[in-house]
Amino acid sequence: MTDFEPKVVAFFCNWCTYGAADLAGVSRLDYPPNFRVVRLPCTGRLNPKFILEAFKRGADGVWVSGCHPGDCHYIAGNYHARRKFVLLHQLLESVGVDPNRLRFSWISSAEANKFQAMAKEVIEGVKACGPNLTFRKDELKLGLSEVA
Amino acid sequence: MAAFEEITKKIRQSAKTLLESGRVQTVIGFRTASTPLNAAPVFIRSAEDCDKLIWNSFCRLNLANYLPGREGKVALVTKGCDARSAVGQVSENQFLRENLYLIGVPCSGMVDNQKIEAKEPRPIVEVEESDGVITLKGQDFSTSVKIEEVLRRNCLTCSNRTPKLADELAGPETSSPAADDYSDLKALLSKPLEERMAYFKELIKDCLRCYACRNACPLCYCPVCFVDETLPQWLGKSDDPTDTFIFHLLRGFHCAGRCTACGACETACPVNIKVREFNRLMELSVETNWNYSAGLSWEQKPPLTVFQVDDNADFIK
Repeated sequence: MTDFEPKVVAFFCNWCTYGAADLAGVSRLDYPPNFRVVRLPCTGRLNPKFILEAFKRGADGVWVSGCHPGDCHYIAGNYHARRKFVLLHQLLESVGVDPNRLRFSWISSAEANKFQAMAKEVIEGVKACGPNLTFRKDELKLGLSEVA
Repeated sequence: MAAFEEITKKIRQSAKTLLESGRVQTVIGFRTASTPLNAAPVFIRSAEDCDKLIWNSFCRLNLANYLPGREGKVALVTKGCDARSAVGQVSENQFLRENLYLIGVPCSGMVDNQKIEAKEPRPIVEVEESDGVITLKGQDFSTSVKIEEVLRRNCLTCSNRTPKLADELAGPETSSPAADDYSDLKALLSKPLEERMAYFKELIKDCLRCYACRNACPLCYCPVCFVDETLPQWLGKSDDPTDTFIFHLLRGFHCAGRCTACGACETACPVNIKVREFNRLMELSVETNWNYSAGLSWEQKPPLTVFQVDDNADFIK
């Protein structure tokens, strides 16, 4: 699986991690290009079905990142999100999904270096898991093999 | 265990008093079903009809399912688990406490028809119950089965058989068995990822996605369920295994911190899937993380509507 390049869907909160990605970019920090970003107003906006939908549509991994607890632009959005993440993380791990496929982090808009490090770590983790065959829908699998 | 006749009598009396005094407009309870081994829900609106109400070991349905959105004052005949569901609905603002009256029945466990069928596969036309024994009668046969041997899985680990929060009890309190210790799930969770995945995929392989589990569940009151949404469409309409898996995961997730282990979903399942395994995973998480169980007080707030600043989440970097 050395030449496997995973596709990761990243859900970033507008106020912190999206800013960190921006800062990492203007600071010319190198990070893997394997993820596609969905910008959310807040991690509290993230419904677990978004994550499962991403997996269903063929994402090999999902990365969710937002403001540090206590720093939420909407005061408590990420505190509420955190409880949902705890349950979803445990649910998916319990049914046998590798925890490396679904990663969570808190990255403030000043932490470009943490963003870079985390991006590398997430992509490495997903690479180690290999392609997502569990959730990918069969019709998509067919479609992909025709393209390949 | 009080005889079911006495409980039935008490339920009828209470219903009559409540309706005549105008305390409630509707009593939701059970009546004799058209088939043996079942009890059907019934909505009583006048005192003359109160004699339709019954109680037996087949009152498996969770009548709290009929509460959300119902107008007027309602009395509900509940087991321990249903009462917890009703309390949960009040705490989720789905029903007003002042419009609700709970006739609690100290439960001795409900019968699993599959277990009965395993013991007596011949067609049963008549059932009699007394002193913890069910007599199954059919054409030229009669078999006796101990109720304890044919109780539902969730009833065997129910720690809330007596509905303590009910406005009145229709019988003396019953003792409850030890609570679910999740030992089977914990054993499963110590196995490698692949084995767990295989277990859950095997569990739901027969699922037709008929959504009977959702419809029987008193927690599933969303005006539009995520499975019925079309723009965007989260789940396909076919029985694609991925869609089925995601359905069960999300159904379990939506019940997190709210499930009272009433077993209505498993009873409703036409292909006998242990759908409650997903709920149990979530209940185990909720209990471990926040020490919370649904429906044990009128005041408690559902765990996903509140937070602690120092909630533990080590896995988030």
